[in-house]
Amino acid sequence: MLTFIGRRTAAAVLVLFTISVLVFLIFFATPGVDPAARIAGRNADPATLAQVRHEFGLDRPIPIRYGLMMQHLFIARDLSSFVNRGDLVIPQILHAAPVTLSLVIGAAIIWMVLAFLMGTASAAKRGTAFDPVIMLVGVVGVSIPAYWLGEVVNLFTQSRWHSGIFSWVPPLGYVPLSTNPAQWALHLLFPWLTLAALYAGIYARVLRGEILEALNEDYVRTARAKGLTERRIMVRHALRCSLIPVVSLFGLDFGALVGGSALLTEVVFGLPGVGKLTIDSLQNLDLPVIMGCVMYAAFFVVLANAVVDVLYAALDPRARRA
Amino acid sequence: MPDAAVPPAGDALLEVRDLTVSFRTRRGLVTAVDGLSFSLGRRDVLGIVGESGSGKSVSMMSLLKLIRDPNARIEGEARFEGRDLIAMRDKEIRALRGREIAMIFQDPMTAMTPVYTVGWQIAEQIRTHESVGRRAAHERAIQLLDEVGIPDPGRRVNDYPHEFSGGMRQRAVIAMALANNPSLLIADEPTTALDVTTQAQILALMRRLRVDHGSSIILITHDMGVVFDIADNVLVMYAGRAAEQGPKHDVFHRPRHPYTWGLLSSVPRPRAERVSRLPTIPGSPPSPLSIAPGCPFAPRCRLRHDKCDERPELAGGIVHVDACWLPRDRRQELRRSLIEKAVSEGDPGDLSEPTDSLSGSDSAR
Repeated sequence: MLTFIGRRTAAAVLVLFTISVLVFLIFFATPGVDPAARIAGRNADPATLAQVRHEFGLDRPIPIRYGLMMQHLFIARDLSSFVNRGDLVIPQILHAAPVTLSLVIGAAIIWMVLAFLMGTASAAKRGTAFDPVIMLVGVVGVSIPAYWLGEVVNLFTQSRWHSGIFSWVPPLGYVPLSTNPAQWALHLLFPWLTLAALYAGIYARVLRGEILEALNEDYVRTARAKGLTERRIMVRHALRCSLIPVVSLFGLDFGALVGGSALLTEVVFGLPGVGKLTIDSLQNLDLPVIMGCVMYAAFFVVLANAVVDVLYAALDPRARRA
Repeated sequence: MPDAAVPPAGDALLEVRDLTVSFRTRRGLVTAVDGLSFSLGRRDVLGIVGESGSGKSVSMMSLLKLIRDPNARIEGEARFEGRDLIAMRDKEIRALRGREIAMIFQDPMTAMTPVYTVGWQIAEQIRTHESVGRRAAHERAIQLLDEVGIPDPGRRVNDYPHEFSGGMRQRAVIAMALANNPSLLIADEPTTALDVTTQAQILALMRRLRVDHGSSIILITHDMGVVFDIADNVLVMYAGRAAEQGPKHDVFHRPRHPYTWGLLSSVPRPRAERVSRLPTIPGSPPSPLSIAPGCPFAPRCRLRHDKCDERPELAGGIVHVDACWLPRDRRQELRRSLIEKAVSEGDPGDLSEPTDSLSGSDSAR
């Protein structure tokens, strides 16, 4: 198991390195695009261009430029925004990351709990009216766009019923966990629920399918012949084996969300997270910030995948040898 | 005299009477097991033989209520130590499963949950029915694995099922089944998925366990050789009904039903007269949707006659009974003539139509 974790970590580092090279090449070495012109802004004079070029090492060979960029990005951490001169990239990301992480982790817990309850209940109650009703609720959740659901939630909690039952809901925004945990949770409650609604349905569906499939397996018949209760068969045998595909799906979604896919929810609820930072920098074509965000996103996607693989091996002994 | 089918019940462990299992389907009511009766004494081994689809597994699964299909209907009576299994509530039968009656299934490859160690699963079996500690159960699991012949059980007990070979897995499954000393072990084709050497080892193991644990065994198989090896009594099933049943030696030495003849002659015999091809039973078993109202075997029988349109009851003796209309005193003669014909013509496959009785539709299937 330890060797497995070691090998998996080494692979993750390699992937991250590759991604950083690719991202660098795409942003700073695409033929026909002069990054210096982007940095210096529109209509810059040749002297400024030359200065920028030297400052960013753009007149050096590509491998050295890559090294310089990484040095600025990770070691000196003094890479600054091209658009808002003086805004350092890394602190911006470090500032935005906790917001996104808070949002996504909280939502993930909620949606996984919901998915487990819904999926297991639905599989156990198969053949009764309960099952299609749960699945329908799930589909509704999946089908509603985040920005719409978020806006509707805001409409009710922030304006329509704000003086009534939702008077306890704080204004939009983010309060750091370290400042005030209660306010942190309160501010994030509706964003969590909104984001979780999108995923709970899909996960419930996947889990239900997996459980039903597992219940047809021979080992479940053996478990029944052993005299186990239906509850134990469901939880310890069918559900346990159904976790394996759900975990791999979860890793992908979680990584992508932390990497910035929670954008819509962040924007709707005014949360200054990584998604919002990315979209803002994209609008300004702020290359260092984009690159920082992409690297950050890649880091989480790769990390999430590595964690999933380790979890996978923990869940499925057959995967450990691979 | 249908009652002759059931030998007088003394201290029979299991007494099944008129077991009928049917399924409601879109195409009508399908009867998978039709009026099966048998009795099993303590420490007896009953071999149930028949082709695929003859209702062997379904009948045994229905005894333990392991058929989960809501469209299944199980009727009849199955007295296990005096208590009717069919009438039991789920909770009562669950207490019996694994403790009094253990069942093992055909494919050892998929019979164990892949994510738990073999020892964990055996311990789970023990702890389900007995209040023993985790460690004690683990120790018992090691003992059991040792007993079924797993080398180095102290180490292998912590292996996962995928780290065991097929034969070892079947041993482990048997160890699990025996964990609570059941008085009845139902083995559904336990050797079918294994190679011949492993098969022989597993059979030897079961024979030994019967002595050591004093369990009765019901062995489902389609292999006459396996039955001959281990069974005391034989029940030959065809299309959900008993075709012939009786003590092993009677059934093997004086088989009475043409279907049993077919099964027996399809076993290669190294010392018998040479035939170029092994005899076969023409056609294939009927679909449970279209079983003939008379004798179900009639469409494939070489000795079919008018009487076969009527359903034969089990009859012909106290312990050895068969369901066939052929005159009982001439059976051996008829069988010999069939075999001679097969040998002289050299191509037993062609024997399929000694009379013009085979309907085209059935043999074509």
